[in-house]
Amino acid sequence: MNSTIDPTAPANAPMLAESPLKRFIALYCESRVASIALAVLACIVIVATFAPWVSPQDPYDLAAIDIMDARLAPGETSATGMTFLLGSDDQGRDLISAIIHGLRTSLGVGIVATIAAVAIGLGLGLVAAYAGGRTEFAIMRIVDLQLSFPAILIALVLLALLGQGVDKIIIALVTVQWAYYARTVRSTALVERNKDYVEAARCLRLSSARILFRHILPNCLPPLIVVATVQVAHAIALEATLSFLGLGLPITEPSLGLLIANGFAYLLSGKYWISFYPGVALLITIMSINLVADQLRDVLNPRLAR
Amino acid sequence: MLAYILRRLVSSVVLLLVMSLLVFVGVYAIGNPVDLLISPEADQQEIARVIAALGLDKPLWEQYLIFFKAALSGDLGRSFAFNTPAIELVLQRMPATMELALMAMLIAIVLGIPLGLYAGLKPDAAFAKIIMAGSILGFSLPTFWVGLMLIMIFAVQLGWLPSTGRGETVLFLGLQWSIFTWDGLRHLLMPAFNLALFQLSLLIRLTRAGTREAVLQDYVKFARAKGLAMRRVIGLHVLKNIMIPIVTVIGLEFGSVLAFSIVTETIFAWPGMGKLLIDSINVLDRPVIVAYLLVIVFVFVMINLVVDVLYSALDPRVRLTGASA
Repeated sequence: MNSTIDPTAPANAPMLAESPLKRFIALYCESRVASIALAVLACIVIVATFAPWVSPQDPYDLAAIDIMDARLAPGETSATGMTFLLGSDDQGRDLISAIIHGLRTSLGVGIVATIAAVAIGLGLGLVAAYAGGRTEFAIMRIVDLQLSFPAILIALVLLALLGQGVDKIIIALVTVQWAYYARTVRSTALVERNKDYVEAARCLRLSSARILFRHILPNCLPPLIVVATVQVAHAIALEATLSFLGLGLPITEPSLGLLIANGFAYLLSGKYWISFYPGVALLITIMSINLVADQLRDVLNPRLAR
Repeated sequence: MLAYILRRLVSSVVLLLVMSLLVFVGVYAIGNPVDLLISPEADQQEIARVIAALGLDKPLWEQYLIFFKAALSGDLGRSFAFNTPAIELVLQRMPATMELALMAMLIAIVLGIPLGLYAGLKPDAAFAKIIMAGSILGFSLPTFWVGLMLIMIFAVQLGWLPSTGRGETVLFLGLQWSIFTWDGLRHLLMPAFNLALFQLSLLIRLTRAGTREAVLQDYVKFARAKGLAMRRVIGLHVLKNIMIPIVTVIGLEFGSVLAFSIVTETIFAWPGMGKLLIDSINVLDRPVIVAYLLVIVFVFVMINLVVDVLYSALDPRVRLTGASA
């Protein structure tokens, strides 16, 4: 952005100014914790993406599962010679495989829901900021109404109405999340709308759509990226909670929340691992996303720009 | 001030009406309670009789009008499952939920503000770093999983605390309380802490951020220059200034504690409204779901009102008369 070289600037300043992307990466890597979190997150995403090839067992393949292996403790070996590193669940599924596949479901649902919610929120937020008047009033009233109730309550009621299913939980997550993006985008777009570059674009008689999407939109993205990162973590936690309550994903598509719920029944008899390890996987995922979001907020915040 | 409160009350009533319509249409448009409530052996006549008795044969808008008229007189229909008035069922369970939520808020405040204050005053101390790391953990830990782990450690492994129910209760001011008996308190401790965890982390971070900003202000330097003890500067001047956002958040978070009590109550079998909601959803007991939602909407509207009024009382800079919220 700022290409003029200040002769009084420290020696490393020109190097940092090489390109926006390089500067961004350099700034991000200043925090060791955030770098580690990003690496962990990348590993989780890779493992989840390649779940069928990475996991020792296919938890959906009923032929591979033996009910005789149910509730084996971590490290035990079954009659067929398979070792269950984290133990097995109540149906005899290898817990590591179930966790990896569960991660895949949880991440998938969280990411798809967030992308859809960002698209809707971005569109409506931009329209509200640019159109103003009644359109803005109507959109922002719905946003206010929705944000005055906790996400979990709205999602719970929606799922109670819609029933179980991957599509249903994505609808519920999108419904509770779009309002956050609409509000964020609208407030940044309102500021951007009055800036000189938009005025200049208007003077060039560019169309509203072009100004909106090619000029205002790119400048609204940094805060949106931060909010979206945090919301992916929220979406994953919310999906797990709803599935735990038996309202989210069906039993045929075991997400982490459902695995934990399955283990609840055996917790009181001391078989902790069925609930414990899926929860640890969930915790590591959510925590690394939160740490990445924290660092992104610092790097993308122009007020903290160095 | 009075005009402001009145205006807020009117908009609250409008909000309640809108929500009642949304809730009614949403809940009544789907699912067929007939299948759940009538035994499969019942003959056609029997089915027709029950449908008529429950008012399910009328068109939706007529059902809503009947529901709305009855709701105005405080009658939200009878529970399909219990055959008692739905609103009564919800209100009966309300004290248990309120007790749990208040206890959770209390834990969050009593622990969160001092810890946050410490972390804000000594940001480089090792203990402050532990507190902040703990608060990130508190944000990231899924509530329901923490609940299970608490049960695993304190109920199963150590056997210190009971994991289900409310324990012994005593009658006080016409309500049953767990907090005033030793047995009840032991039952309350784990679910309340579980519920408090998120708000505890939030309060630590808020208080820390507020403190760090406040100690750099001129009034703190001035108070110190006047020779006031640090203890007094923090206890009086700093705390008073950082309380404004904290009180707002405490008020607003109370709503989210009530919502999350649904999860905690289910895990610890705490007999509150949240567990009632989940049980009712599972058997499609529509009047109870509607009653719960209307009660919770009412509570939320009230919380927002109280927070707004409190906010203006705490911060004289907020000009209520000019604001059109």
